[in-house]
Amino acid sequence: MIHNWFKSGSPWIWLSAAAVSISVLLVVALLGLIAARGLVFFWPKDVLQAQYQDQAGSSYRLIGEIQETEEIPTARLKESGVEPPGDQVAYTRYLVKTGNRDSLGMDFRLVLPDFLTNIEYPTDLIVVERREWGNLYGYLKQVKENGQVVAEGKAAVAELNKRLERTLDLFRQIRHIEKNLIGAINYELEQLRLEERKLNLDNNHDPVKRTAIATRRSELQSRYEVLQKQRNNLFPQFNRDSFSAEIMDGRVVEVSLSKVVRFYFPNAMGLGGKINHYFGKLWEFVSDEPREANTEGGIFPAIFGTVMMVLLMSILVTPCGVVAAVYLREYAKQGFIVRLIRIAVNNLAGVPSIVYGVFGLGFFVYFLGGNIDALFFPEARPTPTFGTPGILWSSITLALLTLPVVIVATEEGLSRVPRSIREGSLALGATKAETLWRTVLPMASPAMMTGLILAVARAAGEVAPLMLVGVVKLAPSLPLDGNAPYLHLDRKFMHLGFHIYDVGFQSPNVEAARPLVYATALLLVLVIIILNLAAIRIRNRLREKYRTLES
Amino acid sequence: MAAPGNDSTTVSLTEVQIRQRTRILKDIVARYAITVGGISVIMAVVLIFFYLLFVVIPLFKPAEIEEIASYRLTPPGIGDQTLHLAMEEQAEIGVRFTRSGLAQFFFTRSGAIITKQSIPLPPQTTITSFASGAPHSAIVAFGLSDGSAILVRHAYRVIFPNDKRVITPRLDYPLGETPLVIDSTGRPLRLLAVQSNEEQTSFGAITEDNRLLFTHFSSEESFLDEDESALERSSVELKGQPKNTRFLLLDSEQQHLYTANSEGALSVFDLSDKQQPNLDQRLPSVTTGSKITAMNLLTGGISLMIGDSGGRISQWFPVRDESGKSILTHIRDFDAQTAPIRFLVPEFYRKGFLAADGSGQLGIYHSTAHRTLLVEQVGQDKLNQLAISPRANALLGEDSGGNIHFLRIDNEHPEISFSSLWGKVWYESYAEPDYIWQSSSSSDDFEPKLSLTPITFGTLKAAFYAMLVALPLAILGAIYTAQFMAPRMRQIVKPTIEIMEALPTVIIGFLAGLWLAPVLETHLPGAFALLLILPVGILLFAYLWTHLIPGSIRHRVPDNWEAALLFPVVLFLSWFSFAISPILENLLFNGNMIQWLTHEMGIAFDQRNSMVVGIAMGFAVIPTIFSMAEDALFGVPKHLIRGSLALGATPWQTLMRVILLTASPGIFAAVMIGLGRAVGETMIVLMATGNTPVMDLSIFQGMRTLSANIAVEMPEAEVASTHYRVLFLAALVLFALTFVFNTLAEVVRQRLRKKYSSL
Repeated sequence: MIHNWFKSGSPWIWLSAAAVSISVLLVVALLGLIAARGLVFFWPKDVLQAQYQDQAGSSYRLIGEIQETEEIPTARLKESGVEPPGDQVAYTRYLVKTGNRDSLGMDFRLVLPDFLTNIEYPTDLIVVERREWGNLYGYLKQVKENGQVVAEGKAAVAELNKRLERTLDLFRQIRHIEKNLIGAINYELEQLRLEERKLNLDNNHDPVKRTAIATRRSELQSRYEVLQKQRNNLFPQFNRDSFSAEIMDGRVVEVSLSKVVRFYFPNAMGLGGKINHYFGKLWEFVSDEPREANTEGGIFPAIFGTVMMVLLMSILVTPCGVVAAVYLREYAKQGFIVRLIRIAVNNLAGVPSIVYGVFGLGFFVYFLGGNIDALFFPEARPTPTFGTPGILWSSITLALLTLPVVIVATEEGLSRVPRSIREGSLALGATKAETLWRTVLPMASPAMMTGLILAVARAAGEVAPLMLVGVVKLAPSLPLDGNAPYLHLDRKFMHLGFHIYDVGFQSPNVEAARPLVYATALLLVLVIIILNLAAIRIRNRLREKYRTLES
Repeated sequence: MAAPGNDSTTVSLTEVQIRQRTRILKDIVARYAITVGGISVIMAVVLIFFYLLFVVIPLFKPAEIEEIASYRLTPPGIGDQTLHLAMEEQAEIGVRFTRSGLAQFFFTRSGAIITKQSIPLPPQTTITSFASGAPHSAIVAFGLSDGSAILVRHAYRVIFPNDKRVITPRLDYPLGETPLVIDSTGRPLRLLAVQSNEEQTSFGAITEDNRLLFTHFSSEESFLDEDESALERSSVELKGQPKNTRFLLLDSEQQHLYTANSEGALSVFDLSDKQQPNLDQRLPSVTTGSKITAMNLLTGGISLMIGDSGGRISQWFPVRDESGKSILTHIRDFDAQTAPIRFLVPEFYRKGFLAADGSGQLGIYHSTAHRTLLVEQVGQDKLNQLAISPRANALLGEDSGGNIHFLRIDNEHPEISFSSLWGKVWYESYAEPDYIWQSSSSSDDFEPKLSLTPITFGTLKAAFYAMLVALPLAILGAIYTAQFMAPRMRQIVKPTIEIMEALPTVIIGFLAGLWLAPVLETHLPGAFALLLILPVGILLFAYLWTHLIPGSIRHRVPDNWEAALLFPVVLFLSWFSFAISPILENLLFNGNMIQWLTHEMGIAFDQRNSMVVGIAMGFAVIPTIFSMAEDALFGVPKHLIRGSLALGATPWQTLMRVILLTASPGIFAAVMIGLGRAVGETMIVLMATGNTPVMDLSIFQGMRTLSANIAVEMPEAEVASTHYRVLFLAALVLFALTFVFNTLAEVVRQRLRKKYSSL
């Protein structure tokens, strides 16, 4: 019977069905994994307190949140130096985030739940997010002003809340002064320096210009000093308050409020509080700047950089791609050469992206950029202006990379426009250009849209070439800001995809950064899937449209 | 009434004409604009290839030399023989040392003397021998007739007053102006060798009565006074040099002393113990019948170059044998010249060298690349002296007529040859020839190892494992989706898999590196068990389903929804495999499979290995292959399938004999495109492998691919350096590889399209 069953071929059909199931499951699992890990990142986890006691006799109080749970075979456990409590084949192991990196040295511990006793979730356990050294877990003891205790015990929470608000307000003020006001002055001073250098290089001794520069400079200097003073006056106020907390090893540590981002009592939070916290964190994630070597805080500059680069790329790639496609389909004499070109264009879509990166670095950055610098920015040399990786070169490189996508999609759209429409238009006396402009292109526009969306989706996820032509792990300023000429095409930028690579693999504290990487990955995946779904929908609608036309 | 009417028609006619004309003009303008625009866009795309080529080509250019000036130094110093020529960093100033103890600094372009100085010789002594140290140390030594020697360094001070470079030469005496006693018996020094650095100075000397002496000075810094340093001298007489020793060399590390006579007998002394050097090795170094005519060490002091009377140059360096003993071994020969080699001059910072022979021919070579870059006649006469500038861009030669020639050398990338890129190369200090990629190091006299073989191998290995994962899943999946799947399910499944094609590889790579690699490491037996459990389990389920489940339940599942039915099965089987992983590990591998692999099987295990890359990259290429193969299978004309079925073939027979056969070119094209993608993928391999350029097929080892190599090293490569150009070459190789795969696929696909339309 089995023999016959095999002979019928039906097992193979089942196996091929399994291949589909596996492929689909892989896709779903991957998306699910990213979503699960990325979404829980912002959810406030309960913080446990327990007594740790292992076979080797080490014993301490453990405070922290369980970050991960894994099954580990006993032999491996032994290898890592832990004597297993029993004779099971495998044990569950927790990765506990204990925070307090400054006091404890490391902020993660691997513990077996079997060694934990007296597990409890005290409601007065506080989690403090700081600008340095990661989270603090412990019990709030006192709130101090200039070292003097102002509140203790229960009253401390309200006091801390009040004072943190004030400190955060001061923080925003100081940041505004430093980043926006002083930043603008520094920018202008640098421009003046370059202007002066240019005058020197041109041997221009025009006294009017020079005095103008000098007056402007002294004006800026004095404004700078005023701001500097203003900022310095804020600092003592900013550093005024502090609080002390007892951490897991019983020590009481004091932390200045100027280092605190937020605090919360996860075990005391209700569902509403948690949801509130969740969205607060989510908002911080998409709108704030990164902290602590990108492992904490938000990813706003990366989102901004990605969007900006993709926009620039779209502006470049759309006209080029459409013109090339129109030429190939409508104007070029169809023959061997055009077929060859078409094969080449199709081929280019398959050329590895890193090759475009190498080309971009060699040709755009070093060759074009170097020459532009020599011609137009001699005053800035030897500091390169355009002769260094930057957002302009990145978008041009990616435009080149996505050009085949747009060309192929547009050509396909053009080829779908029925002959009858073209002939009708020509027969009514329209010229070829008019036919194109009035009938063919509008009808092919959804196809161009599809091409563009696919190009954008590809560009948003592409990292390898960008690593060569302009992306950095931390850009000091955005490519678009309040300083004339507002759009700084020579600047380096941050990028979501590169952020994932950098934080996940180059970060000094990978363990702490991992959840953030998942969240970033989720964001990127969402953007790309939405773009692709949009492209697919447009394509389908387009097909519908022509089906009605053809009939 | 008619007139105005007429009038208006003529006016409107011209208006129409004008409009007509502008319309035609617009049409023409549009035509040209689009043609020019389209062609230039396509040109821009083609430019990529040519630009890569343009950057790579200089790697393979031979060296060029060009004579810039030829002159006689004034005053010539009648009968005064030139002992040594040298240049400073910029090759603007040269120096000539003569037999009478004169040092002349001159402008290399004009020959005009800047200064001349005499070496302070004690009265009644003459110079009897001369030696120069490692080129970058700028050390020379004169051996005197009273058995002493004097150490001299030519040094240059560079200042930039008014942004113009001014170089001032001078002579230094690092160990003082008083000659150092080499032979305490005071016999003249017939032959001399010297090496000197901050801490120590070594001399090798052969006296007139043929004793070989090794004298060593170490500078002990005085504790009392930092500027004052005492010299500690030790001197020993060495035994075992060949008769009539003509060549004496010290390496720059002062570890070995080489002596040789013209007949080719070579003795090496080990100087690790400066007080008691011992004879390390004696060996013949040239084939019988020829004589050694020149000998020198390459930069770094490891390789010994020997030139013989037949014009052959051979390279030797110590190689450790099994017992750990270093044996001076013959590595390679250069046979481009025919006249006896007179000089061998090493480059300062590269493993290249120049050779001048008795017929006036000059050869430029590179040892690692085994490359002869140039052989050319310089001047009318044979050369008596030869010097290369530190940057290896200029050379000074003195011909036997006493004329000095100043030549520019254009030799940017000597270290690249076909053999150094793709072949096994015997690198210095290596036990055997090997394929190695190691592009940079902190040391100056580093020998770059630029073999593209290991990284190309890594690329293909990564692609191979990726295809191993992707091919069965993608092609079987495509077959099922195209031929058996219910249309409604297909509408969901196809876009789901296709959307994955757009998924950024950085995300796949990050999951592979940070999630999959640790999971596989801890569940290794489970992962392997899955390979067996999955197919067996599925077949078992299928059998049970079709034979044991009563039809009333079975028929509730609509036809061709097997795949949906299998979702829970696959999930369960995967969970099961991983759940039994610890049990298997305990039963079969003493609880730790990785340790078992390393200790019992001798297989090294990397956490980020080929298995991780295979799965991750396989996952990345599944959608590509799946989508194209599915298109090809789905496009098989329906009447063929119906015909086959009508003739009584089972669906499986139809698939195997008709559908697959017809669609096979399309499937082939899909595989090619997938392969192209796997070869070029960067982020996944960058993140999911250890990026070590090893050549090992093991599934538990990582690799470094061309693309990852570019991503890692390109940002640090200096523009226009050899390293930079080699990375461009890597990009070009990648371009070529994918281009081949893609073109093949494209051509096949176009043919298929034609075939389908004719069927």
